[in-house]
Amino acid sequence: MDQILEVFFNVAVLERAWPFLWRGVQMTFALSLVIVPMGVMSGLAVALLYHLHNKWLNRCLMAYVDFFRAFPPLVLLLFIYGGLPFLGLDLPLFATVALAFLLNTSSYYGEIFRAGLESVPAGQVEAARSTGLSRWQTMVWVILPQATRNVLPDLVGNTLEVIKLTTLASVVGFTELLNNARNVQALTYNATPVVAAALIYLILLWPLVRLVSRLEHKSIALR
Amino acid sequence: MELQRLVFSFFNGEVASRYWLDIVYGMWVTTYLGAAVVAAGLAAGLALAMLRSFQVKPASFLIVVFADVFRALPPLVVIIVLFFAFPYVGLAMSAFTATWLALSLVLAAFAEEIFWAGILAVHKGQTEAARSTGMSRLQTLAYVIVPQAVRLTIPPLTNRMIAITKGTALGSVVAVHEIIYYASSGASEAGNPTPLTLGALAYLVLFLPVVVFSRWIETRFAWKR
Repeated sequence: MDQILEVFFNVAVLERAWPFLWRGVQMTFALSLVIVPMGVMSGLAVALLYHLHNKWLNRCLMAYVDFFRAFPPLVLLLFIYGGLPFLGLDLPLFATVALAFLLNTSSYYGEIFRAGLESVPAGQVEAARSTGLSRWQTMVWVILPQATRNVLPDLVGNTLEVIKLTTLASVVGFTELLNNARNVQALTYNATPVVAAALIYLILLWPLVRLVSRLEHKSIALR
Repeated sequence: MELQRLVFSFFNGEVASRYWLDIVYGMWVTTYLGAAVVAAGLAAGLALAMLRSFQVKPASFLIVVFADVFRALPPLVVIIVLFFAFPYVGLAMSAFTATWLALSLVLAAFAEEIFWAGILAVHKGQTEAARSTGMSRLQTLAYVIVPQAVRLTIPPLTNRMIAITKGTALGSVVAVHEIIYYASSGASEAGNPTPLTLGALAYLVLFLPVVVFSRWIETRFAWKR
């Protein structure tokens, strides 16, 4: 028992590790704050383009979405990280990581919004148009709010996945929470920093998990 | 000139001929790791959901805690804790075992929630009818409720299974010899990203059919009505 406390919950080690962990939390936040809104926006753009029902455009969008859904995000990250310099493009690490995750995430958000737009009955469009709203107004004021509400559990669920995804950035040395925890673990030869990082993820993400569960059960109850 | 450089970097035949066998071997490891994760994760998830449906308070509470913890923790964090932290207390496991166990736990947590939602969605009258024919609670669950519940859960489960099998790539972080491990070690050894291109292609070969298949599943067993 003492041994477990010594290597997993060592207060002295935690005190030394804390500044690094805190810095990592901030970077995780910063990365998430960039990827989530941009992912939602680009996913929405994909879904809106899809909703134009242009045959060839839709095939391209479908190919884009399936391509990035089939690609493990870590592979995408390593490919971009290892490949871009050979194209003569030297992006800063933050931009490389954000680009890789954005390509992955936008296709997931795109699929979710597409399902949402399709779930709104056609009568809604007809009713809105017949009151004199333009097509754009119909989309913004009538269709999108209902579509978003219908897929809210999936949207929140995917956001949770995106935040968890940021841990992959540690593989290319991006200084987020997991990366810093592993570095301090190697320096102190003690598991406390990694265990602490796991607990921090748990504390930060648990409310989101609860929210997803509640939304999902509510949407099932409505069936 | 630009094009030539591009081809030399990303589609270098000479480099590809040196590394393609490694990548194929990696594909095999990825496939059986993925299959082992899906088998263990789904079985554990279904067992937990069935256990939860007996509504024994302490057991249900523990199952909810388990499901919440492994849905909140990033899979890479679980792998790293299992592989790098557990050896400190004498619980060392191979990289393959750590990756398999971590991904199975995560899949089990998600699968439990999905199966549980499916079980709840089956109308209460089904249980009452089955019980009144003289079936035991376990029989009711196994022969009446679960078959109907599973049908409802196929689309969300397929998505989750794709996500978790793609997670096998995380094994490369602890040096499981799967596709990305060979692709990135090959790329740094050769000083040329062609092995990464091969790795990317290998993933497309494995997963694109699965993604397309999941689209078909989604329309076939639509979760909504």
